[in-house]
Amino acid sequence: MSYTVEQLVSVNPYNPDILPDLENYVNEQVSSQTYSLNANLCLLRLYQFEPERMSTQIVARILIKALMAMPAPDFGLCLFLIPERVTARFSQFWDEAAKSHHILDVIPGFEQAIQAYAVHVLSLTYQKIPRSILAESINIEGLSLDKFIEHHVANSGWATEKNQNKGQFIIFPRNEFNHPELKKSTADGIRLEHITRILPILG
Amino acid sequence: MAVATSYDHEQPIPGDSAAAGYDPNYVPDSVKSFVVHMYRHIREKNVYEIHQMYETSFQSISDRFFKDAPWPSVDSVAPYVDNDHVFCLLYREMWFRHLYARLSPTLKQRIDSWDNYCNLFQVVLHGVVNMQLPNQWLWDMVDEFVYQFQSFCQYRAKMKNKTEQEIALLRQFDQAWNVYGVLNFLQALVEKSTIIQILEQEKEGLEQFTATDGYDYSGGSNVLKVLGYFSMIGLLRVHCLLGDYHTGLKCLLPIDISQQGVYTSVIGSHITTIYHYGFANLMLRRYSEAIREFNKILLYIFKTKQFHQKSPQYEQILKKNEQMYALLAISLSLCPQVQLVEETVNLQLREKYGEKMMRMQRYDEEAFALYDELFSYACPKFITPSAPSYEEPLVNYNQDAYRLQLKLFLYEVKQQQLLSGVRTFLKVYSTISIGKLSTYMEVDEPTLRTILMTYKHKTHAVDSDGKITSNADIDFYIDDDMIHVVESKPAKRYGDYFMRQIVKLEGIMTDIDRIKLEDDSRVEILISHGIRSKREGGENHRGAGIQAGMSGIQDCQGRG
Repeated sequence: MSYTVEQLVSVNPYNPDILPDLENYVNEQVSSQTYSLNANLCLLRLYQFEPERMSTQIVARILIKALMAMPAPDFGLCLFLIPERVTARFSQFWDEAAKSHHILDVIPGFEQAIQAYAVHVLSLTYQKIPRSILAESINIEGLSLDKFIEHHVANSGWATEKNQNKGQFIIFPRNEFNHPELKKSTADGIRLEHITRILPILG
Repeated sequence: MAVATSYDHEQPIPGDSAAAGYDPNYVPDSVKSFVVHMYRHIREKNVYEIHQMYETSFQSISDRFFKDAPWPSVDSVAPYVDNDHVFCLLYREMWFRHLYARLSPTLKQRIDSWDNYCNLFQVVLHGVVNMQLPNQWLWDMVDEFVYQFQSFCQYRAKMKNKTEQEIALLRQFDQAWNVYGVLNFLQALVEKSTIIQILEQEKEGLEQFTATDGYDYSGGSNVLKVLGYFSMIGLLRVHCLLGDYHTGLKCLLPIDISQQGVYTSVIGSHITTIYHYGFANLMLRRYSEAIREFNKILLYIFKTKQFHQKSPQYEQILKKNEQMYALLAISLSLCPQVQLVEETVNLQLREKYGEKMMRMQRYDEEAFALYDELFSYACPKFITPSAPSYEEPLVNYNQDAYRLQLKLFLYEVKQQQLLSGVRTFLKVYSTISIGKLSTYMEVDEPTLRTILMTYKHKTHAVDSDGKITSNADIDFYIDDDMIHVVESKPAKRYGDYFMRQIVKLEGIMTDIDRIKLEDDSRVEILISHGIRSKREGGENHRGAGIQAGMSGIQDCQGRG
């Protein structure tokens, strides 16, 4: 194959012949921990046009990869394209997944992706968070948690603080969501062309 | 092309008794004159005259002779236009469009119309067209092409009442209005026209397109370029009909909707673009973007609709206008950013949906039902693009796509409702500890922390370029165990309000000045004349008029 899958998609966005390439590409994304929303949406589109060619297993993998892309809205985007009778069959799958670590084994990078997403929401919510709460949210403890925190202190602007009674705190970098005062003030401006309307009156 | 029109006799036109007397070969003089002139104007590239005939003559002849019957068959008019192949394709395009608008097409006619579009687009794509057609007409072609596709999908999905003959036809002509075919035609027009590159180069001043409204004044043809341009909007619409909002918005990217462009040169195209752009953003939870664009177009329609009263598109304009107010009401209920809405639009919105919007704020079952009602009224006509199963029993699936989109939308609304509990508490505190709030809400602390995080997740959307925007009217942050609430009060647009009042006051003062300057007796005549003419309408407005004027003045003084 002389073209990359991305090129195939951009040249043939509506070509049923590339369906097998796209299916292989989903599996490749899983094993190589890469991700292409465009290619996956293109595949879901082809499934939508020819439901008889749909593979439930591939759809499930696309959905998991989309979950891993949170907070991007990709998961929702995919759901818009999957007929109800198909998504209904997944409920069993999710039940399974919740009980075992099934997903984590099949999809490399799933845990890290969900941790990254949790950190994203935490940093929108908290200025300062107790270590125990952070541990719970990202499901890491002990030495691994120390390492995780160290890594973010070095790379993402986190800081730590010791409190005598309450133990360690993590301070997230300031953003306009956990420090609303940083939000640009939306002062009541009037555009010049509006002012010009009343200039003759004022004159 | 086989111009033989087989639709004439094979199937009666349903629900139309007048058609019984319809002779497809009878060509009234006005039609003769219409095609002869139209043909001449097209050959002479007289865009102005073509546009006049297309917009006005076609309508008036339709109203006079073809109110509930099709135009004469293409065969019968062909001799008047030298049997010109391209002209005949254009004529048939209008022929079918008229049929779709006034009668209900049979399956055979739907298939024939598809065939005609294929032939027409093939001619355009293979570059043998040397015409200059009005943007309005080119837009109508793309718009109608997508509309007939949508209409076909809806029709095909109603399998229950299909006759054996219809099913046989559907099987035989399974390529007609095939979704791949539709998308690939639009895509081919975009690519072959190189419109994306043209728009790119225009930014660097190397090319003129927008400045000439897409017309070619150096002897070339505008047809492929402008069809390619409008096809990007066609693609946006088709993808929205399929629920593929992300891809739809991507197709529109080459057009900068923050500025005027060829898409604003035709009102129908302007409205279709923004309606679908706004709807896609609404579904992607980018509410403020949807609000911003709905606001702009609604203001535009408010200011300009009077100029379109006689246009054949007028009804469509009004309908989309109403639908967009409904979508604006939804967006604002989920994301109360009223400051994005201009005063005029806001007034209209309150008038139409003020009461419903109050109830939608309540987060109960009734509110939920209102979201359902408004969404169902204002959403696009979603389609299932795949062919039906011809196995017995035949089932209707024309509602499937709509139900899926509605369900996902309402699921989102429901999630917002779940957060209403915490929102109610946040509204009344400026700071509250996690412990205290969890007691009030009767949940344990970890659950409350989860609810708070969910709230953050739901109220913060991530843009296509990764930028985070907050949709929340009540926001908060947590410092250790303490929740700090921030209410983002929408800044009232005093500026806008005062400007409006200043202009209004000036108008009233000018009126008063004029009355003062008038001779008393003349004022008497004026007033009595005014009263008489109003009395003829059956009411005495004198008192009311004066009162309204007074209160207008008081209003200005009081608030000023």
